[in-house]
Amino acid sequence: MRMHNKIQLLSVLNTHLVAYPTPMNLNYSWNGGSLAGMMLASQMLTGILLAMHYVGHVDYAFASVQHLMTDVPSGMILRYAHANGASLFFIVVYLHVLRGMYYGSGAQPREIVWISGVVILLVMIITAFIGYVLPWGQMSFWGATVITSLATAIPVVGKHIMYWLWGGFSVDNPTLNRFYSFHYTLPFILAGLSVFHIAALHQYGSTNPVGVNSQSSLISFGSYFGAKDLVGALFLALVFSILVFFYPDLLGHPDNLIPANPYSTPQHIVPEWYFLWVYAILRSIPNKAMGVLAIGLVFASLFAMPFIGLGGGKFRIITEWLYWTFLADVLLLTWLGGNEITPITSFVGQCCTAYLFFYLLVCQPLVGYLETQFAHGTQTN
Amino acid sequence: MALRRAVASFLPKLAGAAETLPAASHAASSFSQLICTPLDVVERQQQPSGFRSFASDAVEVFKPETGLTPTNRLSMAPTPYIKYDEHNHKRFPPGTEGRPFAYFVQTGGRFLYASAARLAVLKIVMSLSAAADTMALSSLEVDLSGVEEGTTITVKWRGKPVFIRHRTDAEIAQSAEVALSELRDPQKDVDRAINPKYLVVVGICTHLGCVPISGAGNYQGWFCPCHGSHYDISGRIREGPAPYNLEVPEYRFTEGQKVVIG
Repeated sequence: MRMHNKIQLLSVLNTHLVAYPTPMNLNYSWNGGSLAGMMLASQMLTGILLAMHYVGHVDYAFASVQHLMTDVPSGMILRYAHANGASLFFIVVYLHVLRGMYYGSGAQPREIVWISGVVILLVMIITAFIGYVLPWGQMSFWGATVITSLATAIPVVGKHIMYWLWGGFSVDNPTLNRFYSFHYTLPFILAGLSVFHIAALHQYGSTNPVGVNSQSSLISFGSYFGAKDLVGALFLALVFSILVFFYPDLLGHPDNLIPANPYSTPQHIVPEWYFLWVYAILRSIPNKAMGVLAIGLVFASLFAMPFIGLGGGKFRIITEWLYWTFLADVLLLTWLGGNEITPITSFVGQCCTAYLFFYLLVCQPLVGYLETQFAHGTQTN
Repeated sequence: MALRRAVASFLPKLAGAAETLPAASHAASSFSQLICTPLDVVERQQQPSGFRSFASDAVEVFKPETGLTPTNRLSMAPTPYIKYDEHNHKRFPPGTEGRPFAYFVQTGGRFLYASAARLAVLKIVMSLSAAADTMALSSLEVDLSGVEEGTTITVKWRGKPVFIRHRTDAEIAQSAEVALSELRDPQKDVDRAINPKYLVVVGICTHLGCVPISGAGNYQGWFCPCHGSHYDISGRIREGPAPYNLEVPEYRFTEGQKVVIG
């Protein structure tokens, strides 16, 4: 009898990775999930190897990273693979989320898939943020100071919560140590969440680009989409290699090569590129507490999307092009987040933030209703 | 509706053979059930747990007692009973599918994956070996001009203590006189020191690794307090549980009174 019919573990793997019936019309934007899994594995591997050389103390952290870059065999590759791997992880996950928004992957009955996905995104954001603090460069230190200071937006107890977060009166050694601990732990939680995410998907199966029932056109995942994922993985590996070996500092900030100096703030504090859109939203609202609430609202509306929205844009004439305005809005926010604050960028930032919330909270239910009106006239179903 | 008509055009061909081809009739009935019933009705006959695959139902009639999933059964025993509507498919004429070319491409790819895997393993494994700063400390230069006759200094080399003794003539003569038959680890003194005036030995007891004490013990050499090993002035084990003499590291003398260990 075949091995995967005898052994329970192999049988589970066979059911979910080989025999799993998949719609035959999935396009390349469905590669995002498997690519994200691969990037998580890559980050975990490079991270574990980095942890052998990194020293988690404010006096030694920066120097330990330099030691890794110059003295450790293949240390430079490990460091750049981990740093650029984080960027690629976010690129892949953002493409994955955008696919979900365009094709309505989170619509019923797959709400749990979507919600677990947003949780994964949140854990990823936290992990990436605290990971960036570890090299203890200028940007690491001041980024940590600025973002953890957001806790002061909480009335009455905000300052005490902030001191508790810091483990002291400023970002210092206790902060670095707890960030190191969490940065090592959270990816394993992320792995567990990803398994849950896939399990939730496999309950009902994948959606497909056309958005109609695909029960009669399913093919086994293993040979077909295994091959397609391999092509996607090879392309990702190509991009990864070009970044790591030719342009390793392209996505980084030069200020992070200056050791952290608590007495001197850089002129231009920016987070890594994948946080710029959130940063722009935060900065566009002049009130501190409101800014924090705005970020919370972004994620709340992401969580609520399966319940507000009506699903994908295929065959929906307004949604199909309105989606691209949303994408342009997020890209514009990203660009704004990296820019200095001037009257113009401030105003544009506020417009973009307003449009983002308009799209997520108003357009999602409203446009569906309008499309139904156009399609059926006075009939509403 | 168009789907039903298309299926109906196939079913009559199979209907005649339905009695002799239970799989075909089962497939036909499954399919017609699928398109005729509302799509949210989940129960179909012989629904396997978790699977919604249509083609695998066609082999459901065969060997239901093996406990294999229908899809696995299908892959193990391909059946001619499933007829696909291929009127808009283009197939290669038999023999022209280009399998040899495709197989060569796949094999080439697999060679590349193998070399990429080898490279990754090598880089990862080698990243654990000594870093450049550790290697830089692997050689140590010691200036012996300050070491007076009859004294011993201890230096740190590769994380280990190294005893350097500026021996007196009496000590050198004494070491040379010892008969090899008396020694647990027979070694001549001349073989243990390049220049007999300076003895360079690693200061770790060969028993279980403690650091022996200079100028102690019954043989005017070293004494290890952990388990009572006595070493003589040539660093050879004379009494006690240690099996070997104190290790002589690789060293050479350079200009002036300098020695480079390692």
